[in-house]
Amino acid sequence: MSNNSKYLIFLGCAVPYRVSAYEISARKVLAKLGVELVEMPEFNCCGLPLDPVSHEMMLVLASRNLAVAEKTGLNILTLCPGCAGTLKKVTKILKDDKALREKINAQLKESGLEFKGTVVTKHIMQVLMEDVGVDNIKKSVVKPLTMLKVAEHVGCHLLRPKEYIGFDNPEDPQTLKKLIEATGATCLDYIDETECCGAPSVGVSDKVALQLARDKLNHVKMVDAQALITICAFCHIMFDTNELRIEKMFNEAYGIPILHYPQLLGLALGMKPDELAFNELRVDTSKLLKQINEGAN
Amino acid sequence: MTENVAASSNKEPIRASEFDPKFKYELIKMHGGEGLLKCYQCGTCTSDCPVARFSDDYRPRTIIRMAQLGLKDRILKSGTLWLCAACFTCTDRCPQDVEVASVIRVLRNLAAENGCVPQVFKDQACSILESGYAYKIPDLRIKKRESMGLPPLPKGNPEAIRKSLKGVNFMRYIEKKSERNE
Repeated sequence: MSNNSKYLIFLGCAVPYRVSAYEISARKVLAKLGVELVEMPEFNCCGLPLDPVSHEMMLVLASRNLAVAEKTGLNILTLCPGCAGTLKKVTKILKDDKALREKINAQLKESGLEFKGTVVTKHIMQVLMEDVGVDNIKKSVVKPLTMLKVAEHVGCHLLRPKEYIGFDNPEDPQTLKKLIEATGATCLDYIDETECCGAPSVGVSDKVALQLARDKLNHVKMVDAQALITICAFCHIMFDTNELRIEKMFNEAYGIPILHYPQLLGLALGMKPDELAFNELRVDTSKLLKQINEGAN
Repeated sequence: MTENVAASSNKEPIRASEFDPKFKYELIKMHGGEGLLKCYQCGTCTSDCPVARFSDDYRPRTIIRMAQLGLKDRILKSGTLWLCAACFTCTDRCPQDVEVASVIRVLRNLAAENGCVPQVFKDQACSILESGYAYKIPDLRIKKRESMGLPPLPKGNPEAIRKSLKGVNFMRYIEKKSERNE
């Protein structure tokens, strides 16, 4: 299938640092669906982690990436909603505020860059929805996951603040649900679906962060979801890497596999769990994979 | 389980001398702080705040009120300021368009300018100046990429990043450490 989509892939920092399964499965799925990826010629952090201490530093770091991308003439695809949110927000801020844009461009000039505002940033979910389309995904599915009932977690930064991001409805987001249902799986509703995973509070108060993640896992467990589907490296770390820790700390038992959406989609497209780096996940997925195999036979 | 930032236990009575009536005007001139004076203390932010549900100290409405009243030192020295998860729920639901999360970010930026910077931010800034990435990606992971069939990681350009950040206020906290590493 070809749809003439070609993007610069903006990996961000958390994905290459800890979450290879997301990158591996995303690249495989996008290639299969005809989305071509080009590597960033030069990279620096999107700036989001430093916004709390220096808004100016965030603006410079984000606009550097946008200016580098402008030189290639390609739009940006990110895996991390934080990067997507930041690059979208900074594009809007600098396009709307001429004085600020001139100030930031004066900073960038030193290294031969200029922000013009011509690049569009999309998160992978947005590319799948808008460029590939649910109908095309459905046509590509060779192994419908009709035996699965899962829950989704979109997280915050792809949706909020609404005024700057302008994607989906933050109070009742539907995009990930539609993408999950395109694989044949059922997507369950649960309490406080749009609540934060807690990741940004790690390092400031681990207690608050883990309580937030626990709350989400409790709600997901309540509806008997067979897996929780994420589209963010940080949310994934919060639920997958920390699930055992949360179980131990609060005397809970979840055993809920946490999958990156491209892993779920990859299975439906006929890829093997090994190809989709299921072995990189912390929470055991063997029972889930068995259910999928039995259900499909 | 760790409580990495000391919770604010400043429940001392407020003295009249603590109020800085000019503080709010300073804040509304900053990018993101413009909406501060529109807050009428309805409490939507606090009731919808996921962090406030689990923290005994973090209350966005209280922080906004303290900012309006000019309790500058109390806010800027309070550890609770750093608990905001920046989920922007408060910003989206505020009936007055205060952009609560942005006002809190402005306050954090001011706290940082006044020397209160949690170590994690200094570490990330140093890492960005050295490699472009906010975390030091282990060599093992970089090598492993090839065996996983992943392309090499795009490189950062430390010299160019440094040039672009020249004059940015926050640089003074990291200059020393990163120079040593060059």
